[in-house]
Amino acid sequence: MNFDPVTLLLAIPTVAALLIALMPGSRASATLNTGASSLTFLAALSLLFVERPAPGAYLLVDEFSTIFLVLINFVSFTTSVFSATYVAHEVETGRVTPGFLRLYHALYQALTLAFNLALLSNNIGIMWVAIELATLTTVVMVGIYRTHAAIEAAWKYFILASVGIALALFGTILVYMAAEPVLGAGLNAMIWTDLVSHAASLEPAMLNLAFVFLLLGYGTKIGLFPLHAWLPDAHAEGPTPITAVLSGLLLNVALYALLRCKMLMAGNPGALAPGPLMILMGLVSLLFGAFMLYRRHDIKRLFAYSSIEHMGLITFAFGLGGPLANFAGLLHMVLHSLTKSAIFFSVGDISQVKGTQKIAEMGGLTKTNPLIGWGLVIGVAAIAGLPPLGIFTSEFLTVSATLAAKPWLALPLVLGLLIAVGALFLQLNRIAFGEPKGANHKVKCSYIPMFVHLALVLAACIYLPATLVAWFQAVARLLG
Amino acid sequence: MHGLTYDIAHLLAGSLVLVSFMLLYQDRLYALLNVYALHALVLAASVAWQAYAQGAPHLYITAAIALLFKAILIPVVLHRIIVRLGIHREIETVGGIGLTVLLGMGLVALAMVVTLRATEGVDLLAREDLAFALAVVLLGLLMMVTRRNAVSQVVGFMSLENGLVLAATGAKGMPLVVEISVAFSILIAFIVIGIFLFRIRERFDTVDVGALDRYRGEHG
Repeated sequence: MNFDPVTLLLAIPTVAALLIALMPGSRASATLNTGASSLTFLAALSLLFVERPAPGAYLLVDEFSTIFLVLINFVSFTTSVFSATYVAHEVETGRVTPGFLRLYHALYQALTLAFNLALLSNNIGIMWVAIELATLTTVVMVGIYRTHAAIEAAWKYFILASVGIALALFGTILVYMAAEPVLGAGLNAMIWTDLVSHAASLEPAMLNLAFVFLLLGYGTKIGLFPLHAWLPDAHAEGPTPITAVLSGLLLNVALYALLRCKMLMAGNPGALAPGPLMILMGLVSLLFGAFMLYRRHDIKRLFAYSSIEHMGLITFAFGLGGPLANFAGLLHMVLHSLTKSAIFFSVGDISQVKGTQKIAEMGGLTKTNPLIGWGLVIGVAAIAGLPPLGIFTSEFLTVSATLAAKPWLALPLVLGLLIAVGALFLQLNRIAFGEPKGANHKVKCSYIPMFVHLALVLAACIYLPATLVAWFQAVARLLG
Repeated sequence: MHGLTYDIAHLLAGSLVLVSFMLLYQDRLYALLNVYALHALVLAASVAWQAYAQGAPHLYITAAIALLFKAILIPVVLHRIIVRLGIHREIETVGGIGLTVLLGMGLVALAMVVTLRATEGVDLLAREDLAFALAVVLLGLLMMVTRRNAVSQVVGFMSLENGLVLAATGAKGMPLVVEISVAFSILIAFIVIGIFLFRIRERFDTVDVGALDRYRGEHG
């Protein structure tokens, strides 16, 4: 039998989810989860070396989806390592029962499956189903602590996300109806590669209407203002590994779906340009997120708003279009995923050490817990875009692309970034420096995932391998 | 697609919009659930007619799901739940019923203008269906926004979803329609009834979402 990474990407999480769900006892489920995630990551990595299969009626692997597949399976693997120690502590402190571990880990694998399916599908219908599956599993995971706040967050997330996926489905139906006269009824009119190659001959008015629904639908999941209301609650109330997964992965998968739709629109000269809409929503989200950073009292909410800000920036970059801005957008997306999940790893440890998520009850972490404290400091410096770290590069590229294309947009963009930097450092000062405050529980932390992510982000600023640059440039051209 | 076939499809899709309006002004949960059952019944008839008109037998499955699951099973289960929770009282509506219905009329007009203008090249039946489906979706959204009670928000979501099924069956030969309707039914069954209502009942002793709002993670 031939080695087929595509099948493995779907099969490993499926088998693992079933195994964990059916296996009696919950002790081995964390190990199984980490093991399955590492295998899935290896399968994704092998996509770089084996020849890609030709696009079929259901599955598609191209350079664009490979970036996402490698990134997402890498972060999902490191998160599973972090998650193993994190949930072990949650069980020890009695916040959750051991029985919860099986449900949690089975859902984790189901979520990986949903992500991989969304990224691999060559069919807009299947992509939608996969994103719906991802939504459902995360809703349950957000509500898993069953506290007042967790249930409120899960309910809000469920309602808003359901409306989002419903709108996205309406958009998908409209794309099908636009394609049906050209490609014929049936499966053909939903196949992504066929849609793009015939994009120019589709009815532009239908595509416009479809794109509005798709932008609103998938935009809800990206967390774009004003559809972001679920995001801070869901980030704050779920288990921290899930927060890392939401911020680093789910938002990106939704963005991937939106970018696919954008490519379709770009192929049709008569259709409305998707760029300005994305620029507007991105910029508003960026400014909104930046201002909201100031008066946060909950550490996970703080970084949730930071995710809104950065997803806004990424959407802005892709909306701007052109090789440079697209390149910056891709790079920023990758680095944001790595940095934000590293931050949430340290935030998870901090909230366990302090026994709370309230910023007012933290302080002096660099003295009491130097490894986590300095990890957070480096992470925040990275997310704020300070020069020796990778996000500086992508933000710099975005700003220069803006100056080249639409100079007057650079003003609000830079303003938003500076506001965010100020807020982040104010908050960081309260958390990491000053006199030690609050409880100091003994917690077994896993530092490796956090520092691996941070090292990668640092490396990205100092040296980007030429093959990586060429790869990203090729995708940037593909995105138009 | 002429004559009687078209007229009946048009009539059924139009009735779905009408029943959506009826949902908007129900102020008792029992009545709301009964009207929702009617909504699902009209959907089932409409989908069955599309299956006949398009000669697409697989759509009968979607129609059967709409009939058995949405028109019978879900209302019965929700009836039991609200009895067990002891909430047969009135539903508060935000902004008053007159205003809500006026807004609903505006949304229907919007749906007509937008879709009829955008779909000039499409088959007439699909066009009308799409316009009505968008109207049902928007009315469902309006209902979710104006209601504060968790059960009626869920009913709003289910009526929205009926609009999507109408749109999907109206699109000629669309694949995955049956799968999508099954996926949505599972979504509703599992999440809404299984987990949330029981947990919300268990934790808050109320199914009023307004009571949930009292707890704000930010200030708590």
